[in-house]
Amino acid sequence: MEFLNTFINGLSVGGVYAMIALGYTMVYGIAKMLNFAHGDIIMVGAYLIVLFLPINPIVAIIAAIILCAILGIFIEKIAYKPLRGASPLAVLITAIGVSYLLQSLAQIIAGPNTYYPDPLSKLFPEFMGEPTYGIITIGSFSIKLSTLITLICVAIVMTALTLFVKYTRTGRAMVAVSEDKGAAQLMGINVNHIIMITFAIGSALAALASILTTFDASKVSTTMGSLPGIKAFAAAVIGGIGSIPGAMLGGIILGLVECFAQAVPAIAPYTVTIEFSLLIIMLLVKPTGILGKKRREKV
Amino acid sequence: MKIVKKNLNYIIIGSVAFIMMILGIVGLPLSITELLEKIAIAIILAVSLNMVVGFLGELSLGHAGFMCIGAYMGGKLAALLSSSLGGTNILTVILALIVGGLCAGICGFIVGLPALRLRGDYLAIVTLAFGEIVKNIVENSDFFGGQTGLKSPQFIKNRFILFTIGFLVVLLTIFVIQNIIKSKHGRAITAIRDNEIAAKATGINVTKYKLMGFVVSAVFAGLAGALYSFTCSNIQAITFDYNYSIEILVIVVLGGMTVNGSIISATLITALNTILQTKLGGSFAVAKDLIYALILILVVIYKNAPALKDFREKYNLGNLWRKIFKHKNDPSTVRDDATRWDVVPTKISMDEVLSTEIIVDNTGDNSADIGERGGNK
Repeated sequence: MEFLNTFINGLSVGGVYAMIALGYTMVYGIAKMLNFAHGDIIMVGAYLIVLFLPINPIVAIIAAIILCAILGIFIEKIAYKPLRGASPLAVLITAIGVSYLLQSLAQIIAGPNTYYPDPLSKLFPEFMGEPTYGIITIGSFSIKLSTLITLICVAIVMTALTLFVKYTRTGRAMVAVSEDKGAAQLMGINVNHIIMITFAIGSALAALASILTTFDASKVSTTMGSLPGIKAFAAAVIGGIGSIPGAMLGGIILGLVECFAQAVPAIAPYTVTIEFSLLIIMLLVKPTGILGKKRREKV
Repeated sequence: MKIVKKNLNYIIIGSVAFIMMILGIVGLPLSITELLEKIAIAIILAVSLNMVVGFLGELSLGHAGFMCIGAYMGGKLAALLSSSLGGTNILTVILALIVGGLCAGICGFIVGLPALRLRGDYLAIVTLAFGEIVKNIVENSDFFGGQTGLKSPQFIKNRFILFTIGFLVVLLTIFVIQNIIKSKHGRAITAIRDNEIAAKATGINVTKYKLMGFVVSAVFAGLAGALYSFTCSNIQAITFDYNYSIEILVIVVLGGMTVNGSIISATLITALNTILQTKLGGSFAVAKDLIYALILILVVIYKNAPALKDFREKYNLGNLWRKIFKHKNDPSTVRDDATRWDVVPTKISMDEVLSTEIIVDNTGDNSADIGERGGNK
C-alpha cells in the first residue's frame, strides 16, 4: 500500500514536471534555444492565481493561463526575436536575463511576502472541509483530491497535445519547423507565427503546472519557479530534448525517482543530488536522451 | 614602450596592489579592506568564468558551485590544520588555497568530461545541475557543518596579510589565463569557439582543449572560494546558489567578455553594489537586480542582434578609437576573427571599377590616340 501511494504521488509530481518539460522541449525543438525564463513563468502564474483568487477561482485559473500565454509571446517578441540568427550563447544569456528580470519584477510588485493560495478549497468548500479534508477513500485505498485532479489534468493535456501535434494543420506545421526550418518556410509555413504559437502553448502549460502546484496549498514566492524549472529541464533532457513524448516520459521518470527517494529516510535529504546525477549519467550514457533523435552535423 | 603596453593590466593591478599594501601598513578602515577583498574575489571569478564564456564560447552556470567546493575544502582543511597547529599562519592559507583549487579542478574535470564531448548547450545544463548537487550535498553533510554552515578560521588579526595574498592570487589568475590565451593552446581554444568543425578539420583535439579551458576556469573558481572562506566568518551553502553564478555571468557579459573588461566590470559592479547597499539599505537590492537584468538583456541584444549589424559598425567605439589615434591602416588592428572576413577590405569593389569613366583626351598634342594619328596621315 505504501508502495502504491508513493507510485501515485510520483505519477502526479512527474506529471507536473512533464507539463513544464513540454514547454522546454517544444521551444527547444522549434526555436533551438533553451528558454531559461520558462521556470519563472510558473512563478508568474502562481502570483496571478494569488491576485485573482479573491474574485473567483475559475476566473483566476483562466486568467492565469491566458495572461501567461500572452507573457510568453511578449517575451519572445521583445527578447528572443531580435536575436534570431545570432550566436546561441547570446540567446542563452538573454534568456537568463529575462528570468532574472521576471524574478526581480515580481519581487518589486509583490514584495517579499510569501502567499499560500488555496484555490481547491474555494472550488470545493464542502469537500475540503470537516470530515474528509480533501482525501478520497475507497476501501483501504485513499488518494488526495489534488493528486487526483493533477493526474486527470495531466492525462487530458498530454492526450490533447499529442492529438494537436498529430492531426491539426498548426501542429503539423510545428513538427515541420522543428525538423527543418528552411524547408518548412519554402512550403509556405509562417515560421514566426509557429514560433509564437509554440511560446504561447509552452507558457500556458507552465501556468497550468503552477495552478496544479497551488492546489497542494504550496508556498508562492518569487523563487518558487527556479527549482521545478531546473528539474523539468533535466526531465526534458533525460527524455530527449526536442521530443514531445520524451518530455512526458522524462518528467514522469523524474517524478517517480523523486517520490521514491523521498520515501527512503536515509537518502531523502539527497533527493536533488540523485535527480541531477541521473541527468549527468544520462548524458554520459546516451546524450540524446531516451527518445531523442541523433542529428547529423553538416558543415 | 611595447613591454609596458603588453603587460598593461599586470602593471595596473600590481601597482594598485602595491599602493594598497602601503595603505594597509598605514592602516585602512576595515570596511574598505573588506570591499577590496570582495573585489579581489570578484575579479578572480570573473576572469576565470570569462575563460569559459568568452574564449571557449560555452556557457557555465555552475561557477558558484566550483567556488563552493573551493570554499568548503579549503576552509575545512584550514580549520583542521589550525586546530592541530594551534593557530592560522600563512602556510595554512597557501595550503588551503592549493587544496581548494585542486578539488574544484578535479570536479571540473569530472563534470566537463561528459558535457564537453557533446556539441550544443549541454555544458550549461550539466553545470547548472552540478551547482545544485554541490549545494545539496554540502548542506546535508555533518562533516561540513550542515545547515548551520562551516565556521572558518578567521584571519581578522592578520587581515593585511590575507589581503596581500588575495591580490597576489588575482595577479596569478590574470597572468595564467592571459598567457594561456596568448599561447598555442589559447589559439586552439578560440579557434574552437569560432568554428568547431573547421578547428577539428585542422587537427585540433576539440575535447582536450575544451576540457583544458574548463578545468583551468574551475581551478581558479576554487581558489576564489578558498580565499572567500578566510574572509567571511561562516561559510554557508546558500551563498553559492544559482543566482550567484548568474551574478558572475552578468559581470563577465557586461565586461564585454574580455580579460580587461572582466577586471573593470568586476571592480565597478562589486564596488557599486557594496557602496550603494550600505547607503540605500535593503530596498536597493531589489531594484539592483531589475537594473542588472535590463542592462544584461539590452547589452546582449545590442551586441548580437543581426538587424543592428550596420548600426554597430557605424557607431563602434573601437572604430572611433582607431580614428582618433590613426591606427586605421595598422595591420594589427584588423581583427582576425572568422566571422568578420566579409568586412576585411581586401576585395576590390566591382562597382567602383565599372563606374570609372575612361576619359579620352582629344585636345592634347602628345595624345596617344592611334585613331587620330591615323587621320592626320
